[in-house]
Amino acid sequence: MADIFDAYSLGSESWDEMFERPGIPRPQYQALFAALQPLGVDELRSRADQLARMFTDRGVTFDYAGEERPFPLDLIPRVIDAAEWDLVVRGVRQRIRALEAFLDDVYGPRQVFRDGVMPWQLLHSSPHYHRVAHGWRPPNGVRVHVGGIDLIRDEQGALCVLEDNVRTPSGVSYVLENRLAMARTLPSLFAEQFVRPVEEYPARLLAALRKAAPAGVTDPTVVVLTPGVYNAAYFEHALLARLMGVELVEGRDLICEGNRISMITTYGRRPVHVVYRRIDDDYLDPLHFRGDSVLGCPGLVNAARAGNVTISNGVGNGVADDKLVYTYVPELIGYYLGEEPLLRNVETYRLDNPDMRDWALESAAELVLKPVDGAGGKGIVIGPMATAGQLASVRQAVRDHPRGWIAQRPVMLSTSPTWIGERPVPRHIDLRPFAVNDGDDVWLLPGGLTRVALPEGELVVNSSRGGGSKDTWVLGNTHAPMASVTAPPVAQWSPSRVAAGTEEQ
Amino acid sequence: MTRPLLSRIAETLYWIGRYIERADDTARILDVSAHRMLDEPETCRSICATLGILQPEPLSATMMIRRLAYDLDEPASIAASVRAARDSARGVREVISSEAWECLNVTWHQLRRLPTVAPHGYLAFVRERAALFFGLADATMSRDDCWRFIVLGRSLERVDMTTRLLAVHLPGDRRLLLQASGADESFTRTHGAHADHALEFLLLDNLFPRSVLYSLLTAEKCLQALTPARVRAGVADPALAAIGRVRTGLQYTDLAQLQDRVPELLVTLQEACASACEAIGERFFQQREELAWVGA
Repeated sequence: MADIFDAYSLGSESWDEMFERPGIPRPQYQALFAALQPLGVDELRSRADQLARMFTDRGVTFDYAGEERPFPLDLIPRVIDAAEWDLVVRGVRQRIRALEAFLDDVYGPRQVFRDGVMPWQLLHSSPHYHRVAHGWRPPNGVRVHVGGIDLIRDEQGALCVLEDNVRTPSGVSYVLENRLAMARTLPSLFAEQFVRPVEEYPARLLAALRKAAPAGVTDPTVVVLTPGVYNAAYFEHALLARLMGVELVEGRDLICEGNRISMITTYGRRPVHVVYRRIDDDYLDPLHFRGDSVLGCPGLVNAARAGNVTISNGVGNGVADDKLVYTYVPELIGYYLGEEPLLRNVETYRLDNPDMRDWALESAAELVLKPVDGAGGKGIVIGPMATAGQLASVRQAVRDHPRGWIAQRPVMLSTSPTWIGERPVPRHIDLRPFAVNDGDDVWLLPGGLTRVALPEGELVVNSSRGGGSKDTWVLGNTHAPMASVTAPPVAQWSPSRVAAGTEEQ
Repeated sequence: MTRPLLSRIAETLYWIGRYIERADDTARILDVSAHRMLDEPETCRSICATLGILQPEPLSATMMIRRLAYDLDEPASIAASVRAARDSARGVREVISSEAWECLNVTWHQLRRLPTVAPHGYLAFVRERAALFFGLADATMSRDDCWRFIVLGRSLERVDMTTRLLAVHLPGDRRLLLQASGADESFTRTHGAHADHALEFLLLDNLFPRSVLYSLLTAEKCLQALTPARVRAGVADPALAAIGRVRTGLQYTDLAQLQDRVPELLVTLQEACASACEAIGERFFQQREELAWVGA
């Protein structure tokens, strides 16, 4: 039987996640490799179809250009060994703690600017700095209840941070659904080794949100606030609400009276204490932000400032995931925590310095140019792949508004075997681990979302550019601790008429 | 203790119940009428009238089925009802069971692929999926307010559709009426092969779940549970009052005079349904008129 990985060719430029050399898998992939190999092409193709159908049936979709699309799940998981995962946990935790400290400082004493670690100008020019949040400290001090730190692996195999997301990072629902779908479609893959479970996430999130409730509320009511069914991530909002067992509300379900927020129910109004919002600041409250927004709830921000409701993630967090601030995060880690960064940044250039800017504009064809507040891969120009026209227009854009851009050394993201059509081929991937901060501890969901760019050679992994995802496995240290719980013996009983009849006699 | 339900969600659940029941009833009516429509153009007209469609010129039987079953632009069609139910369910999927949601989602995706299938297969599929949805709702959802709003919507839609069907087909074939209500075998086992008691059965039978009386009683039970009585006398909830009044009128009708009183009863039933729906909307689904803010 032909080996499915026989024709798999390793790219020369990228680090391959699975293979050291052609045909030789890395240690953490050996069990997976051994489990996949005996399955022939036909078998794997039918499993791939089964996966796709399961996602369509369960409605695991994202909205793109007004159309509901299933989020493609690749058949071949991504595997991370326990030691490397430990580094990710410590690195991400450190980063979240530094960003929390930074936000607390920005909306408080602003010492980081007074000490000259970061220029004042950066604060004043940030589109996501909100004065309304100044001097407003949330109940347990947490602003980043949920953080998503995007990691990539460079050509030498080192993990580095591509960007921070501390506003409303999305994607965790796909982590949960991917695992469910994989466990149903390819259960045999899980038999060989212990893969750390992911289903703890909703309980962790709910606990963190409850701990963030206003002081004096003993049994807080938590809600998830969604913009509605037309939002790209609506599926995720609904899933999280369902798994946490809380209401999924839209702005029109909430009402603010006397600085208190309630939801309109069939039994009248019920108080709300914690709003896990999945709406951007701009649309959250027409009294403070965009007056034309009908998605939010008028009065919500005042109610939160008055300490009657907690908004999660915090208002004004965007100042911390500005990509120009990103270039300072290694310094912030040193400044606030007195630690060395455990995960380094991708080599990045600030364009506010004229010399640097001129150099970067000249070398635009060898760099990646990114808008500082673009989400979802929007506006990114990858120099080596861009056309002359694209380069010219991005040069102009940078000259017009240098504060709005950063330049990065292009990193060939690592590749992972991905099932396309009839066989596995190398495709670029990244990783978004999710961190939940409950005020005492920053917990990481084991694994996170591995996104994969499905078109050949594509380096932007976002779903809006035809990206898919992979189930992400973190291997446990020990073998199968789950199996240690043995089921209690079941009494012998068979549900047949004969058995019932004899008993009666 | 049941948990309060967001008004928006209560309304959506109620409409899911109505849409799916409507798709089911429409499929039943079309299925039993399909073969008749070929040789009786009158049947087409009466079906349109049943479903409340104004139809200026007579349609051929094929056109008629196409429009009422497959046509997404016709709001009364089966396809449009299923789509509406599925889109509504998408907005409340955190409160219905994931099995019930998946059922509606799969139904909608399959229905979109079915227009090439012959009507009988298509209609049978719709009936099966409707039964599956209500079955899953029954089997996987707690008997809380979520479930009650679905059942309430289903019961009122059933009363509405059955009374429309009776009103239009009153002079017509009784067997067709029974078949369209899925009551054929159940009726025959009760009253024998003679279709004399068909009206009585469809309106007043105590045991048959698709009879008008049975559906009204179900709706009443839901409403009673939704609004626990707080008054010593009378009925405070206008929806419950409307349904209760018409139900008692129906239940205590003199069977000997039933035949003559049917047209009048059907009108009363339709009116009661309409006012109950309105009252339910006001009582439970009330949303503020516009974005409002009461200052601190």
